[in-house]
Parts: sequence; C-alpha cells; structure tokens
Amino acid sequence: MAVRVQQEPFALGAEVEAFAAGRQDAGAVVTFTGIVRDLVSGDLSRMVIEHYPGMTEAALDKIEAQARARWDLKDCLIIHRYGEMAAGDMIMMVATASPHRADAFDAAEFLMDYLKSRAPFWKKEITAQGETWVESKAQDEDALARW
Amino acid sequence: MIDVLYFAWVRERIGLPKEQVETSAATVADLIEELKAREERYAAAFADLSALRVALDQDLAEFDAPLAGVREVAFFPPMTGG
Repeated sequence: MAVRVQQEPFALGAEVEAFAAGRQDAGAVVTFTGIVRDLVSGDLSRMVIEHYPGMTEAALDKIEAQARARWDLKDCLIIHRYGEMAAGDMIMMVATASPHRADAFDAAEFLMDYLKSRAPFWKKEITAQGETWVESKAQDEDALARW
Repeated sequence: MIDVLYFAWVRERIGLPKEQVETSAATVADLIEELKAREERYAAAFADLSALRVALDQDLAEFDAPLAGVREVAFFPPMTGG
C-alpha cells in the first residue's frame, strides 16, 4: 500500500511491473493513468498543478483506507504529481491488486472518483491566451453518489 | 492566532499563500466576514461561497464549523485532481 505525491515524472511501465511482479495473492491488477490533455484550444503550452502539502497525503491515505475497507485488495498504489507538466505528460496513476477482477476495477474507479474531488489538487492551464484554473464539474461530484 | 492558507485562484486573488490572523471568530463563516471587511481583495475572493471549500487542520469542513482549537484554516476552490 503506497501513496506518493511527487513533482518528478514516474515511469508507468516500471511502476506497474513492480506492482504486479511476483504476486501470487492477487490474480487481478487494474491500473489507471491520467495524462495531460489539450482538448480545449489546441495550444496548451503547459499545465501547473498546485496542491496542499500535508493535507494531500492525508486525504489520499484516507481514500485508500476506505477502498481497502470496502474491497478485497491485496495492494494499492496511488501516485500523483504536482508542478509543471506539458500535454502528453502523465499526471497520476492508480493501481489495485485483488483476487477478484471486479474488486480491482471497482476499487480503482472509486479511488479515481474520490481523488478527483476530495484530494486537494488544483489544475491550471496555460495557453498563448493566458492562464485559466480548471473548474470542477458537477458530474465529478455526482460520481461520488454511486459509491 | 490562527494560520490561514489560500490555494489556487483564492491565493492569487488575495495575493498571498498564507498569513497569521488574530481572530476571535467562533465559526468559519465569522472568520470570512472578518476577512471580507478588511479589504476589497478579500471581499472579492469570498464573494461567492458556493465556489469555495474550506479545510480545518487539513480536513474538509463546512462553513458553519466552529473554530475552537483549530490551528490551520485553508480556503480553496473545488478540487480538480486526477
């Protein structure tokens, strides 16, 4: 079980390999990766992610503990970056390992839904036109209701 | 004394990330009223509470939450991680 909040990039392949390697207690590993996208204007020059040191780690620990209490998880990994990123860069990943595929999928979705609107990260998009803080979406909040 | 932290556009609008505030406010809402009365930049930042979230000692809270015993209050917009 691990939560990492870091500025530096992470190597997705190496992380998943290490997470899944030698595992005999869990037949199912699910991973999700979030990537900086450039959908709005096509001229995103960079994205900056701000966070609340201390609370971020506490919030992610809490979300992870809730997932572990609810599903049969053998392991769980959350990595989330902050600082400057470019389109195509990886922002974050979650991985879950369970004896059951449904648990691994559901727990990964739960982790994503909760960390989107309960972990203190804020995204700012910087384009040639200026800087804009990304607004939260009502659907992100609504997504929590299903859990 | 209480530490008050601001993040994202709240930080930009107020113009600083953190300050110490001498207050006898009983609740978060009372503290907000005190801050709004200070200067226009605070009034602008706190104009629409539906666009804000608050954390007390790094735990999400409501605006009517009491401040007794709280050391750190943080104001920020809804989170956009993931």
